[in-house]
Amino acid sequence: MTATRAEYCVIACAEAWRDAGEILASPMGLIPSVGARLARLTFAPDLLLTDGEAMIVDAEGTVEGWLPYRQHLALVTGGRRHVMMGASQIDRYGNQNISCIGDWERPRRQLLGVRGAPVNTLNNPTSYWVPKHSRRVFVEKVDMVCGVGYDHAAGARHHRIPRVVSDLGVFDFATPDHSMRLASLHPGVSVEQVTEATGFPLSLPSEVPYTREPTAQELKLIREVLDPAGARAREVAV
Amino acid sequence: MTDKTMTADEAVSRLQSGMTLGIGGWGSRRKPMELVRALLRTGITDLTVVSYGGPDVGMLAAAGRLRALVAPFVTLDSIPLEPHYRAARESGAFALTEIDEAMFMWGLHAAANRLPFLPVRAGLGSDVMRVNPGLRTVTSPYDDGETFVAVPALRLDAALVHVNRADRQGNGQYLGPDPYFDDLFCEAADAAYVSCERVVGTAEFAKEGPPQSLLLKRHVVTGVVEAPGGAHFTSCAPDYGRDEDAQRAYATTPWPEFAAKYLDGRTT
Repeated sequence: MTATRAEYCVIACAEAWRDAGEILASPMGLIPSVGARLARLTFAPDLLLTDGEAMIVDAEGTVEGWLPYRQHLALVTGGRRHVMMGASQIDRYGNQNISCIGDWERPRRQLLGVRGAPVNTLNNPTSYWVPKHSRRVFVEKVDMVCGVGYDHAAGARHHRIPRVVSDLGVFDFATPDHSMRLASLHPGVSVEQVTEATGFPLSLPSEVPYTREPTAQELKLIREVLDPAGARAREVAV
Repeated sequence: MTDKTMTADEAVSRLQSGMTLGIGGWGSRRKPMELVRALLRTGITDLTVVSYGGPDVGMLAAAGRLRALVAPFVTLDSIPLEPHYRAARESGAFALTEIDEAMFMWGLHAAANRLPFLPVRAGLGSDVMRVNPGLRTVTSPYDDGETFVAVPALRLDAALVHVNRADRQGNGQYLGPDPYFDDLFCEAADAAYVSCERVVGTAEFAKEGPPQSLLLKRHVVTGVVEAPGGAHFTSCAPDYGRDEDAQRAYATTPWPEFAAKYLDGRTT
């Protein structure tokens, strides 16, 4: 069985929650959601999952707890959560923007707003998911810092950006100055392709590994249990 | 005991131009749309709106009633970006105080507790501090010495919220999965107007849901408006879900054309 690009993305997202313990996985976007549920069903069985509204559910959807917004905010500040947010822009130090494009005073394009990005990034591990890796998203400088990057966090005690997953690869900040590093390429993607689609110089290890293969059991879970309708292919085409 | 029932038009007749209004609900969920509609039928303008924004913000922006907005986001949920809000922001139509979701909640908590501010571990390092130059920080007086943002109280002249059931005295019951922050909006306000799907006798609350569904207490409620479908086209679970067709029509129809029908209550 050959995995599709979307399925490598699912695996790359799921790996964000490996060994996470009894914390809430907050995925935003379909592929991170499939990834979180896959992690729960396989290598991170203690994870808490939400239904996207006010309930904590198991991987089958059985309600095991209540988590309205105000309790969710308390859980964030308590730190027992790893969120994977989207990013309209992200820069080399992991600053993320979902607020607006252009000048904030009079934006060229108004987007969602800062949402919970400032509180998330100072309180619990925050990863990012970008379904279409491009120079428009991976920018030299974000127009509005919503999620706080390493250069802005000033060593804040709970600040951590474990990974950025895109349709091309996995990125982390495991460099001396916490600038973004290519951690793995999804099979079928070249280093040149990634650097071409990135608007700042990426740190490149001497040998870039490929994102790991899904196991047969993982592929079966993705295809038959977690996303039988194949919605993942609409977020990332092969 | 005081009977606080009134019509939506009577409720908004107590509001004035220039006020700071808190609007409950979240995104396109349980928004007090009947009250917003009544507000739009008045000449009230120059408002500062405090909201986890949805179509309430979009409509008031489209109608030119906003002087300022305090919000962490504006969204229609199933339509992620609110088109009327976007257009107004992109034309610089009003001032925005953009703060984080948690900062917003603690601002309401501060107001409800008659505190000038509450410290939060949010905002530092982000451009929330750059675009809100008035925000101050505070240093922990204890050994940790950590620096926090001092979120100022979001005190409101009036709050507008919508719940599933209320009695004539102003006790309010929500039956959906999330209270959002409607009780906080009422506690943070000098006056609170609560619309509900149905006014019930106080004794009926127990038949509708458990005691913890009694979200709003009458001492912080000024007026009760019976408004079946009063959150439409936003959701009011379990009474009804979001009317996606009506929301799509709202998002794709020029505001004056949509308003011509919508403000009379003919929503589709």
